[in-house]
Amino acid sequence: MQSKDSRLRVRRIDNVTQVEFIDRNILDEGNIQAIAEEIGRLIDAEQQPRLLISFQNVDHLSSAALGALITINNKVRDRGGQLRLSNIDPQIQEVFVITRLTKIFQIHETADEALRSFKS
Amino acid sequence: MTHQTPKSDSATLDVANDRAQIDRAIEGVGASLERLAYDKASRFAVKLSLQEALANALNHGHKDLPPSVPIRLEYQITPDEVRISIEDKGPGFDPATVPDPTLDENLERPCGRGIMLIRAYMTEVTFSKGGNRLSMRYLRPDDKSVAATA
Repeated sequence: MQSKDSRLRVRRIDNVTQVEFIDRNILDEGNIQAIAEEIGRLIDAEQQPRLLISFQNVDHLSSAALGALITINNKVRDRGGQLRLSNIDPQIQEVFVITRLTKIFQIHETADEALRSFKS
Repeated sequence: MTHQTPKSDSATLDVANDRAQIDRAIEGVGASLERLAYDKASRFAVKLSLQEALANALNHGHKDLPPSVPIRLEYQITPDEVRISIEDKGPGFDPATVPDPTLDENLERPCGRGIMLIRAYMTEVTFSKGGNRLSMRYLRPDDKSVAATA
């Protein structure tokens, strides 16, 4: 359930929960915590969550946002689910490469490609 | 009519742990970078490093201080380089003790990437005054100089 203060757009496509950010900059620790809690509730609502997070609208993110993504990834894994990331701006993609987080996240160029990658 | 690129920008700001003040500081630096014709990649590098440095100073350095206690931000931006320093009033720290977040055993730790990102994006990074003062320098890449685009 999205609250009126939600920083996310959430859709269900082919049994996948697809999340997009409303904000172009994901920097503020308070907002990041609220986003992580909201995504956490989406994960808790599924037996084996299949979650796609699209960064289509995002220009900047902080290391605190990377930390929240790691926590989300651990939560999805603990519930036997799958997480995919998509539509990451090349400059933000570079941040994932520098931090070696490309090793723990499955990143796809487009949401369609990410949707096709989910194992049934 | 002549159109001249401004020669430099500088400021000294006190920034409290308040998102609006932090955003104004980062946007101020971003606007100066645009005025001095730094390209998108350079602006991304400097703004990311500044965000991480401010977060470190305010969230870690000042974690036991009231949010109203400010850090001191100074910057000078010329067509060739960006110099930024941030000084906090916390207890200081030894940056050598921060674990390398890119090691396999640390990859799933949710914290500890800020300093590593600053070092990756800035040309020079130094800590002084017992870790309370962070100085960063970013040299504009040669092939993106103002002269080349003038």
